[in-house]
Amino acid sequence: MANSETSVPAARSSDERLRRQSILRSMLSRPELGAVAGAILVFIFFAVTARGTGMFAADGVMNWVTVAGQLTIIATGAALLMIGGEFDLSVGSMIGFAGMMIAIPTVYFGVPIALSVLFAFCGALLIGFLNGVIVVRTRLPSFIVTLASLYILRGMTIALSILFANRTIVSGVKNFADDSFVSWLFAGKAFRGFFIWLAEAGVIGTLPNGQPAVQGIPAVVLWAFAIAAVGHIVLTRTRFGNWIFASGGDANAARNVGVPVARVKITLFMVTAFCATVYATCQVMEFGSAAADRGVLKEFEAIIAAVIGGCLLTGGYGSVIGAFFGALIFGVVQMGILFTGAPNDWFQVFLGLMLLTAVLFNSVIRRRATGER
Amino acid sequence: MTATTNQPSETPIIEVRNLVKHFGAVVALAGVSMKVHAGEVLCLLGDNGAGKSTLIKTLSGVHKPNGGEYFVDGKQVTFQTPRDALDAGIATVYQDLAMVPLMSIARNFFMGREPVRKFGPLKFMNMGFAEDVARQEMRKIGIDVRDPGQAVGTLSGGERQCVAIARAVYFGAKVLILDEPTSALGVAQTSMVLKYVNLVRSRGLGVIFITHNVRHAYAVGNSFTVLNRGRTLGTFSKSEIGIEELQNLMAGDKELQSLSDELGGMV
Repeated sequence: MANSETSVPAARSSDERLRRQSILRSMLSRPELGAVAGAILVFIFFAVTARGTGMFAADGVMNWVTVAGQLTIIATGAALLMIGGEFDLSVGSMIGFAGMMIAIPTVYFGVPIALSVLFAFCGALLIGFLNGVIVVRTRLPSFIVTLASLYILRGMTIALSILFANRTIVSGVKNFADDSFVSWLFAGKAFRGFFIWLAEAGVIGTLPNGQPAVQGIPAVVLWAFAIAAVGHIVLTRTRFGNWIFASGGDANAARNVGVPVARVKITLFMVTAFCATVYATCQVMEFGSAAADRGVLKEFEAIIAAVIGGCLLTGGYGSVIGAFFGALIFGVVQMGILFTGAPNDWFQVFLGLMLLTAVLFNSVIRRRATGER
Repeated sequence: MTATTNQPSETPIIEVRNLVKHFGAVVALAGVSMKVHAGEVLCLLGDNGAGKSTLIKTLSGVHKPNGGEYFVDGKQVTFQTPRDALDAGIATVYQDLAMVPLMSIARNFFMGREPVRKFGPLKFMNMGFAEDVARQEMRKIGIDVRDPGQAVGTLSGGERQCVAIARAVYFGAKVLILDEPTSALGVAQTSMVLKYVNLVRSRGLGVIFITHNVRHAYAVGNSFTVLNRGRTLGTFSKSEIGIEELQNLMAGDKELQSLSDELGGMV
């Protein structure tokens, strides 16, 4: 061996500081910690301030659970994409456009509702695919590319609505959709019998007509749970999930070891489009109409939920569970402020502060996770 | 100039003859020849712009050569993608593009080659297996990782290089191309990486070690190929050349040598 080698002491097995890692510290390096802590805090806050307002009665609960559920659907897609290192600002416009893709064929072309919904999903996936291909091919920031999609889709939504309905809402979907399988799938209520039983047992209140105050769990909430669960499992327990982390963490390093980064990113853009379409379909089926302003600003709400949930804006780090709790915080606070009777304007103030806190918190967490000092 | 190695009888794992690569009007490689045997560390020395990066990118399938021949185990090859080179057992560890700092050690270790377990039609990543293997392989090189779930960012630079090398070895590399693995490291970290390179060599892998630090090269190298302006100035076995001569050869032109002398030969 060489001269310089012999005198050097054996490299120590590891940095001795690593051995002192406590349970607290390993908990602190989990991405969803902030969102879970935040959720507990807002629950405590409203448990005190909204006491006796009905916020925690069955129908009140269903109220904010529905809001949180809707947001969870798009926040899951946003979180996965953000961990993969990209943004999608066209989520909100996609909600509006997907609604039109369902309503217009159904109302004006007599297409069966199931086919219209299928058409909307295919169309949305195609748009997501195009977003992804443009971002991957041009290497432009996804922020700019999807900002363009935001305007293109919103413009088309308004233009098509005016063209066919001569106003910004296409209504009458209910006439074609009621009692159909699609309506049941996206706007049904689950566990009706259970809730009737609960009402009879006096656990939950009843309406004057004898119906239980809550008729069942809305389909949108079940979709939310299903999408979040699948998203979480895919992210943490599959090969594709590892590719998402790798693509967002360091696309070059990922490519060097054979991760198909382009395919991963394009797929994630399609996932956000899919989630937006689920959201849109639930709304169209519930209201029986598609409106040109549906989903306005939802892209930001989805991103906020993901960031509160611990996703880094720079990619490579975050969790779906975090985004789920981020959406829950969102729903609880938005509805809680209504229940407490505080002026609703304060919601946005709170939201901004919450976002700022989350971003600051995340950068601390990231430094801990990567050992930066 | 002689061109010998210490195992002349065997077929080299990698051999290139008169490799030429140009980018438009720029000639990056103007006829490079070199070979690596199993159980040998070949150091590729050269100053900036000598063509080191182009050569390793050509060897690892990123660039396609414009001329010359490339043999792996005595058989001529043409790689279309880095994946082809990887499948042929040629693994490249890039200086800072090997690991994703935010991802755990286990996830990094298996990045791109995740172990999966099937449940009916569904395939899940086998995290238990990934963590066990990552922990074991780290222990083999003397890094005690208590939690393979910790982020790679918490490891030191030297440890990261070692993880990247261990990963390549685990996945059956026959030849390791190390791109300046010690250039950003401190003394203790460097010795850790050099020791590990030596260990890998003793297990019978071929190593191509790219550096511009003659001392690091001399510490682990069996033979030395010096590149200058896209050409090989020659290949020397350790017995043929001293560290001073190697330094002078690498410095290339007289001006730098005299400057080095002025500074007491410490450059």
